[in-house]
Amino acid sequence: MSNTPPNKPSDSSPADQHTPVAGARSFFGAASRQLDDWLAIEPDGTVTVYSGKVELGTGVRTALVQIVAEEMDVAIERIQMVMGDTARTPNEGYTAGSMTVKSSGMTLRRVAATARQLLLEMAAAELGMSPDELTIRDGVITPRGAAGPRVTFAGLMAGGRFDQPISETAPLKQPEEYQIVGTSASRLDLPARFTGQPSFIHDLRLPGMLHARVIRPSNVGAKLIDLDDASVRDARVVRMGDFVAVVAEREEVAIRASRSLRVTWSEAAPLPAMEALHESLRHEQATVRVATASGDAETAIQRAARQLSATYTMPFQAHASVGPSCAVANSDGESLTVWCATQGVHPLRAALAGLLRLPEERVRVIYMEGSGSYGHNGSDDVAADAAALAHELRQPVRVQWSRADEFAGEPKTPAMVIDLRGGLDQGGAISGWIFEGWSPSHGNRPRQEGDFLVGRQMGAAEPPARAFVVGGDRNAPTDYTMRDQRVTIHWLAREPLRFSSMRSLGAFANTFANESFMDELAAAAGADPLAFRLRYLDDPRARTVLETAARRASWGESLPPGEGRGLAFARYENTEAYVATVAEVAVDGATGAVRVRRIIVAHDCGQIINPDGVRNQIEGNVIQSLSRALKEEVRFTPAGITSMDWESYPILTFSEIPEIDIVLIDQPGQSPVGSGEPATVTTAPAVANAIYAACGARVRAIPLTPARVSAALNASVRK
Amino acid sequence: MAISITVNGKRHEVAATPDTPLLYVLRNELGLNAPLFGCGLEQCGACKVLRGAEAVMTCMLPVGDADGARITTLEGLAEDGELHPVQQAFLDEQAAQCGYCSSGMIMTIAALLWATPHPTDEQIRTALDGNLCRCGSHARVLRAVRRAEALMWGDGN
Repeated sequence: MSNTPPNKPSDSSPADQHTPVAGARSFFGAASRQLDDWLAIEPDGTVTVYSGKVELGTGVRTALVQIVAEEMDVAIERIQMVMGDTARTPNEGYTAGSMTVKSSGMTLRRVAATARQLLLEMAAAELGMSPDELTIRDGVITPRGAAGPRVTFAGLMAGGRFDQPISETAPLKQPEEYQIVGTSASRLDLPARFTGQPSFIHDLRLPGMLHARVIRPSNVGAKLIDLDDASVRDARVVRMGDFVAVVAEREEVAIRASRSLRVTWSEAAPLPAMEALHESLRHEQATVRVATASGDAETAIQRAARQLSATYTMPFQAHASVGPSCAVANSDGESLTVWCATQGVHPLRAALAGLLRLPEERVRVIYMEGSGSYGHNGSDDVAADAAALAHELRQPVRVQWSRADEFAGEPKTPAMVIDLRGGLDQGGAISGWIFEGWSPSHGNRPRQEGDFLVGRQMGAAEPPARAFVVGGDRNAPTDYTMRDQRVTIHWLAREPLRFSSMRSLGAFANTFANESFMDELAAAAGADPLAFRLRYLDDPRARTVLETAARRASWGESLPPGEGRGLAFARYENTEAYVATVAEVAVDGATGAVRVRRIIVAHDCGQIINPDGVRNQIEGNVIQSLSRALKEEVRFTPAGITSMDWESYPILTFSEIPEIDIVLIDQPGQSPVGSGEPATVTTAPAVANAIYAACGARVRAIPLTPARVSAALNASVRK
Repeated sequence: MAISITVNGKRHEVAATPDTPLLYVLRNELGLNAPLFGCGLEQCGACKVLRGAEAVMTCMLPVGDADGARITTLEGLAEDGELHPVQQAFLDEQAAQCGYCSSGMIMTIAALLWATPHPTDEQIRTALDGNLCRCGSHARVLRAVRRAEALMWGDGN
């Protein structure tokens, strides 16, 4: 038997026709390898970069510009970035999974290096010198050292094309040469935000544009029984199958009409009672797959001196973008243009072409920024709503979803259940670890008409569960070296609410379970949670983030009664950034209310392109995941979703924001990996572990509400 | 009588009916973009503007109730091409991610720092509790308030 730790998750099912590699390739597109498709030197000396990725408010526009500026020796100000336009930019699939800097950034590094090398060769030919004798400064090429003749990028290109493929061998700069990468360049898009310049899809107004509002049932699947057109006077009612919208020249008229329109819906299949949700998931149809296994976990647990088991649950949560989704579309019946905040212009184009039975080349999708999305929110559905209406009306149409449309319609992050079992030997060492999770695939971005709300309402069938599964197993395997372990996922075919991708996918729930259970084992072994984890970590980068966060948090120093510290560690996706979080909390024993005072994060995402950008991402991850950990749960009754506004789906407010202390561990010699998600996964377990340290209450359900803390507190007192 | 409002120093006659929320008049009649639709329920603060010196939400406020009011949106906050200290502080602190909530927050803070030049931390948080942010830029926004305070009034000594 091998003692090699199975630290890498593997999909070992030979039955799966759609291998993860093939799925991942189409997910991130099939981009051109021709230089001119990525970059152009304009006659005015500026450089235009074409990126199939989009700016989601995470700062990738700035980071990508930094990478190009560095590699080409051009000032940041001279670079303009065209992002996400099916008519102009390469197909890079989705902007997701914290992959933009890691994958697209490295492609652009090659693109810029190729352009730089070709320009140097052209300059050398023109000046009768060798490329080695030349130097570049902000797009101007001169002989090294002495003054001499100069040529510019613009002069060399004269508006022409490179007509060359991207070179894999053009020399790249060494990290120690960097002057732009690694600096906190200011976000290029923020001045417009802070002065009221048009910034969002919401701000696009086309001549002759109609304002539309959609009218939907509270439960997907309900059918239209009756529509009373006469209940609306000054707006036009559009009906396409079971899809109903009102359109008007003035937005407020469309809004009033959407409220007064009398619509009768059939009753859809009832949802389960909310209290029975997690138990019901265990009985859904599922495909069982082992994510990783080594040794004989079952026997190891049976032979252990002590056995522990626990169940952890994750509710449905909403992306809850502050700005409800919006899109504008225009059509002459033959071709269609859609402006929207999708995370993938090319995949959306294909799906919209299918929805409206148009050839793909007649559909153009242009990205415009929306409110932050954090995954697959309502942006694709609202784009399809606008496309369907514009195609029907042959006129520009703007669809703005209401707050309730967004909460009801957006695909949620799915509910999950995780059972953990483990053993401890006489010496307090782990003897066997068994993880069993219930999750659907988290990837339901639109591919066909039935994936859109409007598609279903226009008659398309509900698509079957996809063969290529993603997300439910993310960070289900731990990063700890354990001899006997087994990690199994029950991939569910369906869940009661519509679901898809949200920041970190299943890693939020899986890390909550793993890192809570690690703490439970440490407590049972009478060990310090930090020392206990370090026993099972061999990777020096993993040890460093954990030790750094603990030191920064004064780990081990005593706190007043009712206060406690908890920690959690993960390597995101087991292969990406390393992150350790320490939470410091105070628990009110009478009410169960948790006050999170301080969050400390140590973060290693390899080479850092923009330190302030990474800090901004980490702060955002911490605050959003703290909100998810403490407060968020989509509520529903058998009749439908009842979390429809900010009172029924509260998120963290300014009064609840803790002090946040971040330590960045830069690794200039390592490839950069994403920072958009990793610090989301360690917050909830760190807080849950801190609650336990503060008062002995072990809460195993997200959100960690006062009621649950109180109940756990009472249970721990009774013991 | 037609309704008129003064926005960013300029008087406008309003074509919309009096029950139309001010937000849609600002955005669609006057072509302004800073006040944004977030909820239409006065719960999130994305639509805030200054009415006089007070930050108010516009997504439910009937324009008829704002007849004669002096309104300032983010577009009108800068003076003679110079950014308002709160705008400058947001830039200096890079206090946003997607920026959808920024305009409403800047309005809230501008009003706060006029009414309470040196607010306590609790006053700042309470004032901003009506502004929701989903990206999690709160820590930066709190730093930006202190920076704006110093830009407006010095360090308080």
